Amino acid sequence: MPKVTVDGIEVEVPAGATVMQACEMAGKEIPRFCYHERLSIAGNCRMCLVEVSPGPPKPQASCALPAAEGQVITTTSEKVRKAREGVMEFLLINHPLDCPICDQGGECDLQDQAMAYGRGYSRFAENKRAVTEKYMGPLVKTVMTRCIHCTRCVRFAEEVAGVEEIGALFRGENMQITSYLEQAVTSEVSGNIIDLCPVGALTAKPTAFTARPWELTRTDTIDAMDAVGSNTVAHSRSGTVIRITPRVNDDVNEEWISDIARFGVDGLRERRLDRPWVRVDGRLREASWAAAFASIAARAEGVPGERVAALVGPMAALEEMVALRDLLTGLGASRIECRLDGSAVGEAPFADRSHWRFNTTLAGLEQADSILLVGSAIRHDAPLVMTRIRKAVRAGAELFVIGEERELGAPATFLGDDLSALAALPEAFLRAERPAALVESRNARAEVLAAVAALPLVREGWNGFNLLHTDASRVGALELGLVVPGGLSALAADPPELLFLLGVDEIDLAPFAGAFKVYLGSHGDRGAAAADVILPAAAWLEKPGTFVNMEGRVQRSLRAVFPPGDAREDWTILRALADRLGVRLPYDDLATLRRRIAHEWPQLGAEGLAPAPWVAPDVAGFGAPSGPTVRRSAGFYTATPILRASPTMAACVAEIVEGRKPQLLEAAA
Amino acid sequence: MSDFRDFRWTPENAREAERIIARYPKGREASAIMPLLWLAQNQMRDETGIAWLPLPVIEYVAAQIGMPKIRALEVATFYTMYNLKPIGRFHVQVCGTTPCWLRGSDEVFRACFDRGLKKGETTPDGLFTLSEVECLGACANAPVMQVNDDNYEDLSYETTLAVLDALAAGRTPKPGSQIGRTASCPEGGPTTLKELA
Repeated sequence: MPKVTVDGIEVEVPAGATVMQACEMAGKEIPRFCYHERLSIAGNCRMCLVEVSPGPPKPQASCALPAAEGQVITTTSEKVRKAREGVMEFLLINHPLDCPICDQGGECDLQDQAMAYGRGYSRFAENKRAVTEKYMGPLVKTVMTRCIHCTRCVRFAEEVAGVEEIGALFRGENMQITSYLEQAVTSEVSGNIIDLCPVGALTAKPTAFTARPWELTRTDTIDAMDAVGSNTVAHSRSGTVIRITPRVNDDVNEEWISDIARFGVDGLRERRLDRPWVRVDGRLREASWAAAFASIAARAEGVPGERVAALVGPMAALEEMVALRDLLTGLGASRIECRLDGSAVGEAPFADRSHWRFNTTLAGLEQADSILLVGSAIRHDAPLVMTRIRKAVRAGAELFVIGEERELGAPATFLGDDLSALAALPEAFLRAERPAALVESRNARAEVLAAVAALPLVREGWNGFNLLHTDASRVGALELGLVVPGGLSALAADPPELLFLLGVDEIDLAPFAGAFKVYLGSHGDRGAAAADVILPAAAWLEKPGTFVNMEGRVQRSLRAVFPPGDAREDWTILRALADRLGVRLPYDDLATLRRRIAHEWPQLGAEGLAPAPWVAPDVAGFGAPSGPTVRRSAGFYTATPILRASPTMAACVAEIVEGRKPQLLEAAA
Repeated sequence: MSDFRDFRWTPENAREAERIIARYPKGREASAIMPLLWLAQNQMRDETGIAWLPLPVIEYVAAQIGMPKIRALEVATFYTMYNLKPIGRFHVQVCGTTPCWLRGSDEVFRACFDRGLKKGETTPDGLFTLSEVECLGACANAPVMQVNDDNYEDLSYETTLAVLDALAAGRTPKPGSQIGRTASCPEGGPTTLKELA
């Protein structure tokens, strides 16, 4: 633990810390462009100069200099001030003065630091360099003349995203950042380079020239596109969410979010259900709320409780799931199913909380020294879990995969696409000190769970049994016990007469053709097309909601904007419908509903991660799993109704998945 | 070899490539990228008469050592010794750094210009490509120019013309000093240590 003195303040820093970190511990602000705490150190922008003695008489780049015992660091001297002014003047030599038309304006590191550490004028009278724009795909817009060559995007692509597709070509003043041959970047987390870029060289293409950061209202939200529960900020203006950016949460998403979480939001404006619809003579017709409720009440009349059931879709918040459960309980029904993907977790013997959780925790996965994936779609299922795995692999962990061979962006050993491989795992995994298995939810059949639970994954201080969920609603629903013995197929074998669909669009509803289907949801997608009554509901950014991520972490999302038209928050719809059906739900506002949740499920009542001690399941009597893994059927950019409605996601499918160049380039060619 | 996608090492170069890669520890094969690109560029010269690296050749080399394509391209674009566009049969690289400039590199350039060479361009007959380069490391024999693998030193306007004309005529002028001295020995013979002790 070296002790250093920063501007007269003595601080003790951890071994291996840099001078910059020492300065920050002493409360000093060090300007920087290339340094980023989650990326490797490049030391090429030279903005973080400080004086260090003992050492050479010239100022030192503090980001790349290890702090050593007895160092005296000066951050405020005249020499340091002049050095920073000089670096800033150099950086601005080739940087265009186009801040008024730059999307980064108002949230630009270069702008801010030029104000704080720059000289205010330039002695450079020659022509500035100009660089052609580079095509990087439908998400990232480039204005490469603005690039200051910090290489954060290059390092992010290699180290975090695991796709070495971005690089710095040529050298010196002629250096240019580009994707290889200007192809679309194929990463699922590529949008993060927009946040990383300290200048306006990389900006968001879908929201180019749309809004200034100071015009936007920021609301803390939770991402519902996958089960990671990324912490996000929704930036809205005039009742429209313009963009989504990440919030730092080291336990969940660090400071990244996936591209669907960031860019799928324009789907909120398209194909919305903004009024109730009722099927009359085989055709859906617009209706009033009263008429829609009346039609449900008429059909529900005399239907016994056991003929009523409900399915819970991937984006439901805890509140509406509880309201739905209470409504069905009031009708005498108990059949609610959330596992639309064939997962067997939630049923005995896998009915304990520790069985459906991500037990290592997301951050804890980095500590694993051997990781086994059961199913290989993780880059699409949970891109931010894959970034954690990449960190673990960089730290020396081995990665084994049972499933289809895919590019994972990290060196992996594929054990074949046959689940029987679970019976013959490599010694390296079985003997690991901290092994972690990640079972894809769609592959979590009972015999697979039994085989994985029988592995030596749990020991003192370590639990490597992880379920990799894809639905934001899933763990919450499992905690509420929304399972039907036998799952969806049991429900299909004994179809109900009245079926509530809470945002269910992903499954084949043919087995329920005879049922009267009430669809609650936000988008006119498959579920709505099959419904007999459509009740327009709020999407996840349009309601305050509680989401439980795959770890079991309870997180609250706030309302960023109001739902369009007649659409309402889901739980209020269910509350009103219950009244009409003669069931009284004992809550009139969100606070009361949340108190009701906290009362019955204390672990869901407060934000955070309640511990779930491991309960070893009784795995006797299960056969050995065999056969290929179940493939992910949905595309990454088209997984939910909101994404399917999004023009940006449609562009991603065209340009990244199908590899077509955008129209502008086609026209130019 | 229309689009160079069928580029493969010749048997000798394949052995040479293996030898180069074996110089580096296992897992560090990417370190071999520079000599391999150089080998590939030379093979291109032998096979097509033009020493350059088309993209498929760079990708072929990158694939051999398991390096991402963009990383290989970064290297190939960083160093001026790799030609990313076709050049003439003779790559005339004239040093314009201070020692050569003081010793008359302007005259060398004038000679090149008078033979129709232009900086950064290839002559219409495809013979010469002229580049101005920084120090070639032969300052004691300034001014100096490098043609393909050979250095021509102690140049003047006239000797530069002679070298270029000889090359154009298909002869290989003698590399090294053009005023007859050995390496960087003093002009006109030794001035000190004249006798062996």
